[in-house]
Amino acid sequence: MKEKSEITEKYLGLYKDNINKISGISSPFINSFRAPAFEKFSKLGIPSKKDEAYKYTNLNIFFDHDYENYFMPVPADFIKAEEFRCEVTDLDAYGVVLLNGFYPTLNEKLRQLPSGVWIGSLNAAAVQFSDIFEKNYGKYAKSETDGLIHLNTAMASDGVFVYIPEGVHMTRPVQVVNLVQSDDDTFNQHRNLIIAEKNSNFSIIICDHTLSPQKFLTNAVTEVFVGENAHFDIIRVQNEHNNACKITSTFIHQEKNSVTSSNNITLHGGLIRNNTYHYLGGEGAESYSYGLFLADKWQHIDNFVNVDHAFPHCTSNQLFKGVLDDMSTGAFNGRILVRPDAQGTLAYQKNNNILLTDDTKMDTKPQLEIFADDVKCSHGATIGQLDDDALFYLQSRGINKREARLMLMFGFAHEVIQNIKIEPLRERMDNLVMQRLKGELSRCASCMVKCM
Amino acid sequence: MLIINNLKASIEGKSILKGISLDIKPGEIHAIMGPNGSGKSTLAAVLAGREDIEITEGTVTYLGKNLLEMTAEDRAKEGIFLGFQYPIEIPGVSMVNFMKTAVNEHRKHKGLDPLSASDFLKMMREKKELVEIDSKLANRSVNEGFSGGEKKKNEIFQMAMLEPKLAILDETDSGLDIDALRIVANGVNKLKRPDNSFIVITHYQRLLDFIVPDVVHVLYDGRIVKTAGKELALELEEKGYDWIKKEIENNVTT
Repeated sequence: MKEKSEITEKYLGLYKDNINKISGISSPFINSFRAPAFEKFSKLGIPSKKDEAYKYTNLNIFFDHDYENYFMPVPADFIKAEEFRCEVTDLDAYGVVLLNGFYPTLNEKLRQLPSGVWIGSLNAAAVQFSDIFEKNYGKYAKSETDGLIHLNTAMASDGVFVYIPEGVHMTRPVQVVNLVQSDDDTFNQHRNLIIAEKNSNFSIIICDHTLSPQKFLTNAVTEVFVGENAHFDIIRVQNEHNNACKITSTFIHQEKNSVTSSNNITLHGGLIRNNTYHYLGGEGAESYSYGLFLADKWQHIDNFVNVDHAFPHCTSNQLFKGVLDDMSTGAFNGRILVRPDAQGTLAYQKNNNILLTDDTKMDTKPQLEIFADDVKCSHGATIGQLDDDALFYLQSRGINKREARLMLMFGFAHEVIQNIKIEPLRERMDNLVMQRLKGELSRCASCMVKCM
Repeated sequence: MLIINNLKASIEGKSILKGISLDIKPGEIHAIMGPNGSGKSTLAAVLAGREDIEITEGTVTYLGKNLLEMTAEDRAKEGIFLGFQYPIEIPGVSMVNFMKTAVNEHRKHKGLDPLSASDFLKMMREKKELVEIDSKLANRSVNEGFSGGEKKKNEIFQMAMLEPKLAILDETDSGLDIDALRIVANGVNKLKRPDNSFIVITHYQRLLDFIVPDVVHVLYDGRIVKTAGKELALELEEKGYDWIKKEIENNVTT
């Protein structure tokens, strides 16, 4: 294994080679963050297994590689992306497609929806909505330890921007489809900013797909502001090929009495790391963090959750599950921080994993740091096989062993999926999970690449 | 219907059943009583096909077939039903899906087409009334968050759905209040036909006030030590098991 600095060096070089090109197509405000972020990244570097937060995940497999291309879009690239159609046809959502992290140049850059809602390109919003943008961009994605956040800030230039004005209840969700497609191995970074003002109600679905079999590395950061009394749900569906690496960092900032949920459903992917940061920044806020992954072959799926109780009387709940087959590996790290003022905190965490073979490996680490007295906190983690008693119970009703195993695994997964409130999506997820468990989904659903 | 001959079984090398013989004819209700640890639940589990119990000797013939060679699911489809002493909670698996799968597996076994959704729901409704089970329970995950009584009623509900030829009820009465006990017993009595049989495993005579057995056996230390008519249950209720234990010890010493 190479030293951390050597790999970091590669990305310092990538920055220097591309920064003029990147700055040239980005808004001045976004550019103003680049130099300080680069400075931070130079200090922190690419995380290695020596970093506590990354000790179970070897990023080198994907970072120690020469990506021939740092993608810059031309209009022709978006034609194929435009042809992409989500298979969930009954999902009634406002669609947005990002190609390698860029908003298409074919149509207008920002779209106004009913009730003054705006969706579109991050880079365009930085100019057109400079007031709102400058109040929020770069305010929530903060880390003193994770260099990748700063690498993103230093280099990302586009992504999705969503603005929900005060009091607006969006009944239709927004669906963002992240496509990666290239003739060369490609490193992508994009940045999303979602602002849900006071008393609003909004759901976003983010789907990750790969369209060509090249080696891909994506480092995405999403910042979310959820205003007082607002409701916000984010659902991520990850379905990429085994030669793709996705690192997502989602920072959800909540104000007083707001309610949010995050649900990461990982169906497929080579190496996936989801960082979900929940900041409960006002009294009475509630956050629900869910995750489910199904891993096989040599996949590695890592969920890292950080819940920060900064104010009194907030509630948080984490439920993460994994099903590991073949020689796949996984990790879960759930941190709950209860600050001294956060009296009356309720914080729960559960992580359950099923290992289907002896060659799989799962690491799970609860991390509770509690500095207030009046706190109700619980956590539990299990790693094991299917329950023999439950299996026998089903068999004793005439259900054959294979079917009984499937039902148990499906039930295990469904506990996470049932928290998706959008019905067509929930049914679709149940369906995909069932197919995946039956082994009928050997490659990513709706992926056009016939890779192995 | 069921002939057990000198059945011996052990769990992890420890001998639990030490030579059991039973003959159950169609239409009969047999009660098996006995103190804790005598092997009652092991016997029930062996009959239902639990794999982690090792059969060391003996035969079990069910409707002319060698039962011990059949998988748990085949036994169920051939008409054996075990009402669990501790029904298992299965989060994420709905009662509807569970029962639909089970019923259709049974139908497939009989060469019948799967039930249509509406016929299945109609069947669910009818059977739920039979056991006076809360219809909301059907929308929940299997046994998850059910009270003790609800779990036991749910066992009887499943029995009603699957219409077994031989039902083995393992301490279905334990933990039930008198109302729930009555409902469970009524369910059993309504399902009783001249061509099906029951094995009712219980600690107490109480259940047998509602379900009247044809034969009562006492199981003690892995053997059936006494078999008599329903009056035996009353005698046990009155005197406890000590006199039987003494009788056996005397037999051994003399």
